[in-house]
This record gives sequence, C-alpha cells and structure tokens, in this order.
Amino acid sequence: MEIIVCIKRVPETAEADIVIDKTGRDIEKGGLVFDINEWDNYAVEEAIILKEKYGGSVTVISMGPEGANETLRRALAMGADQAIRLTDPAFEGADGYAIARTLSQAIKPLCYDLILTGVQTEDDGYGQVGGTLAEMLGIGHAAVVSRIESIEDGRARVHRELEGGLEEVLDLELPAVLTIQSGINEPRYVSIMGIRKAAQREIRVLGFQDLAMKPEEAGEDGSLTIVERVSFPLVGEGAQILEGTVDEISDRVIAILKEKGGVA
Amino acid sequence: MNDVVVLVEHRQGAIRDITYEMLTKGKTLCEKTGNRLTAVLLGKDVGAMAQDLKDLASQVVLIEDPQLENFNSEAYQRVLENLVQQEKPYLVLMGHTAFGMDLAPSLATQIKAPLATDCIDVTVEGDHIEAIRQTYGGKLNVQVHLKPAQCSMITLRPASVSVADYSLGGEITTVSSPLTEEIASKRFLEYVEAAVGEVDITQADILISIGRGIKDPENIPVVQELADSLGAVLSCSRPVVDKKWLPKDRQVGTSGKTVKPKVYIAIGISGAFQHVAGMKGSGTIIAINRDPRAPIFSFAHYGIVGDLFKIVPALKGKIQEAFA
Repeated sequence: MEIIVCIKRVPETAEADIVIDKTGRDIEKGGLVFDINEWDNYAVEEAIILKEKYGGSVTVISMGPEGANETLRRALAMGADQAIRLTDPAFEGADGYAIARTLSQAIKPLCYDLILTGVQTEDDGYGQVGGTLAEMLGIGHAAVVSRIESIEDGRARVHRELEGGLEEVLDLELPAVLTIQSGINEPRYVSIMGIRKAAQREIRVLGFQDLAMKPEEAGEDGSLTIVERVSFPLVGEGAQILEGTVDEISDRVIAILKEKGGVA
Repeated sequence: MNDVVVLVEHRQGAIRDITYEMLTKGKTLCEKTGNRLTAVLLGKDVGAMAQDLKDLASQVVLIEDPQLENFNSEAYQRVLENLVQQEKPYLVLMGHTAFGMDLAPSLATQIKAPLATDCIDVTVEGDHIEAIRQTYGGKLNVQVHLKPAQCSMITLRPASVSVADYSLGGEITTVSSPLTEEIASKRFLEYVEAAVGEVDITQADILISIGRGIKDPENIPVVQELADSLGAVLSCSRPVVDKKWLPKDRQVGTSGKTVKPKVYIAIGISGAFQHVAGMKGSGTIIAINRDPRAPIFSFAHYGIVGDLFKIVPALKGKIQEAFA
C-alpha cells in the first residue's frame, strides 16, 4: 500500500510569549522553537503502522522553507521511505485552499492508495486542507479519524470522532484522504542518532515551475481568504489574578474552596 | 434566492445546539443585508424538526431521503451542491464540528466558494464578507476577508454566539431529493458510544484538572494527592488523554465530558475552545498557568500566573494542614 502523509513544521506557541510582527498580519517567528505539527506526528505514526501491517511505502510531503527538512528527516527517522519538500517564494501567504492546491499538484503524478494529514495545524488551525485536497484529486475523504480499523479489498473501515465521546464507523472507498485525530496511536520516539542518520537521505525539492501551476493558483494570489490583521483576543471580564507569595496564594485558594466548594 | 443558508445539524434524533447558534448569527446578518434566512434540513423522517425550526428562519428547506438518515458527507455534498446551483445562496453557514469539518472543505471546493473555517464571528458589509478566526490555540484573533464570489462559506465555532429568542414565522418548503443512486463510496455503518469508565467526573463537586503543562506523567501523583486531600476528582484536557497518561473517561471538553462542578481548578491548561466548552458552566473556576495570555484566564474567575510545579506542592501542603 502506497501512503502519502502531508506534514507541516510549526512554531510551538502553547507556552511561548507571542509578539505581533511589523506587518500586523502575523506573529514574530524569530525566537520560537519549531517542530512537527502535533496532529501530523500522529498521522506519520499511523502511516508507518499501516505499512508495517500491509506493506508498501510511506512518502512524506511538506510545504515550507529549508527548516522543513528537519521535520521531513524526523519522519524519515520514524520510518517513512521518501520525503518531498515544496518550496518557492510564489507559495508564500497561502491559505488552506492554496496549500491544498499546491499539495494536490505535487501529489497528482504520484502513486497512492491513502493520503493522511493531521486534522488541523497548531498554528493556522484551518482543519480544511485534507477535505479540500481530496476534492481537488477527485477522491473521497473522512475527517477527524480516531481509528483505522481495517483496510481490505480497496476499502477502509474507519472511526470518526464526534462530540461527547461518540464515534461513527464508516466504510470508505480507496484511494481516500483521512485527516488524523490526535491520540489515535502512540507516536514512536525518535532518537537524535536516528535523525542524524536520516540526514544522509535525499529530500526531493520541488518548486512552482515543477508543479505545473498557474501564478494565480499559488500563494496569496491563489488564496480565497485574505488576512487583514491579527490582534490579541479581548480578555473580557477576565480572571481576578491572585498575587503574592506561594503561601499567600494557597491561603486564598483555600478560602475560595471553603466558600464556593463547601469544603470544610 | 441569494439567501443566507444555515445547514441544520442533528444527530440521533436531536437538533444540535450549533444549529440555533448559526440561526441567531444568520438572523443578525440578514437584518443588516435584507437577505432571507433559510434553514436547510436534510434527513429521513425529520418533519417534526422542520416544524420546530420554522419560526427561526424565513423558510426551512426540507429534503428527505433514506440515504440522509445519518450524516454522510458524500450524500450531503451531492444534495447541497445541487441546491446551491439551483438556489444560488449568498452565504452558507455550517458548524465547525465533526460534521462541518467533514463536509465544508470538499463542498466549498466543488462549488468554488471561498471558505473561512472555525470562525468566532462573521460580518457583511455590502459584498464584503469578513470573519474573525482564532489561531495558535486561541492566542491570536485573525481578521480575514473572503474573496468576492457568488457563494461563500463559513464554519462557525460552537458556543461563539449566544442564542437569541426571536420569530421569523417561516414556512416549510419540501424539495425532493436529487439522490438517484446508492452512494457506495462512503457508507455510514454505526455509532459507537465511549466505554463507561470507573469514575464519573460529571458527578464531582470539585474537579482538579490537568493539561499539557503537567509535562510528564511522573508529575501527576502530586496533583492526585492534592485532589485526595480535598475529596476532589482528577480530570484533564485532551493532550493528557492523547498521551495515554489518564483514561478517556477523565477528559473534559467537546469530545469528552461536559462538567459543572462547584469548583474547577485548571492546572496547566491553556484553554482551547474544545476544553472550555466542557467546563465553562462550572460554579467557580480557578486557573493556574505560567502564560498570562493563556485563553483560560478569560474564562476563569480566579487566576494564578506562575509555575505549577511550585504552586501545586505548596497548595497541597497548606490544604493538608487546613483540612487535616
């Protein structure tokens, strides 16, 4: 089985201080640490599990500057077989639609039974690329997949995560795009040695010219949503911040627990 | 019709809350633009739902078909593509839910509609559609506009609109299903309920909840001891379950449980909307996080900005003293 996984290198911002850049349309990426998008890590692991079970090969594709090589090598170290990086100044400013368009042009000539993406990315969080890509390739899809039960006779039996702990089970014709939900598996550990070894492996680099795209299909020109500006959300009423020493704060919390929690 | 269309979301015989939220938002937009508000209801034997909804829109378009009994994005897409080509709505709203996330991207691509996903607000100025969406886990608001097109699409984040009470006194229009053949490429098989766990976090008076900030499973016992000394129950946000550090039945949020304890203490939880949706009804919320910009502080009543690894052990010591 031939599996393609689309992955993205994203800045880790969960605990970082973020600063709006001079354009007012993005954040300063300078001092941030980058790593594979969390959902994509689960998607790579799932692809490797499927390869181990059914045979075949795994190709990872990432759109991004040279730094994305690190993310691709990480996936190679996990067990992917080939890596492709899509890069070109013309790709900059792409929204979910233009990202899917670029990926679809790179994927069209390839051989595939299954394409995996993460449900969404930690940065833009579109949750859009998988379904859009499937439509552009003229194949089916399922979003928010929390389990791949089996693949048999050109069909996949998968679970989609719904709200409130409910799942739906689907039977889907292949090839198809599945967007993978976090928690679907336990991604394997990648050692520094493993990534170093992968440094010798070839990463195919493709640009705008290689993908037979029209200028109006790529980057911001090819996007259907345009960012005007970014801002920090209004905190609204907000929390009353408890200040003081750790002991003073603890005393306040205890008082709140007594008053509101009925703890005695 | 140049209407604003809201796609009704229902599951297992019940209309989901997001439907009313979208209708309220749609009504606000239509008041401004003069468009008509249309609710589109797809299903099988859902006439009663259409009755329940008709006052909330100018019309309810009802399309029934055995293949629409359970949500199937493929069947929905075929029906909606057909409807959009005939009726030419101006804007289509769907939920940013498991249902909308499966359907909106491919439908938008097929009908060539610009799509803004996971929006917390949408406004219309003439032909200009603008939306606010959040990025970086809710730490940033992004104002986007959609490129002008005949039809545009928005997926609306659940719980971003307060439902209004109004009546548009609409009518029900029944449209026959365009599905002529069996859709074999994608088949709904069954629903699977989450396994019932040992602990019911929805029954706890006090929940102590941990998130990504706990960093390592080795750090969980000290929080468990804190909970034990209060008679509280330990719960968590999604990343903790994803990493298999706590079982799924402890998860608070959209894909887990909705809880309303008297006191909810969120430790190392940033406050992504999927989590907040499951706990914002709590009596008193106390949040401990090192990032003063963490979205959780917008929802908490009390906040502690600092290192949880210093605060939690100190708090545990003090509580054991106080309630010994």
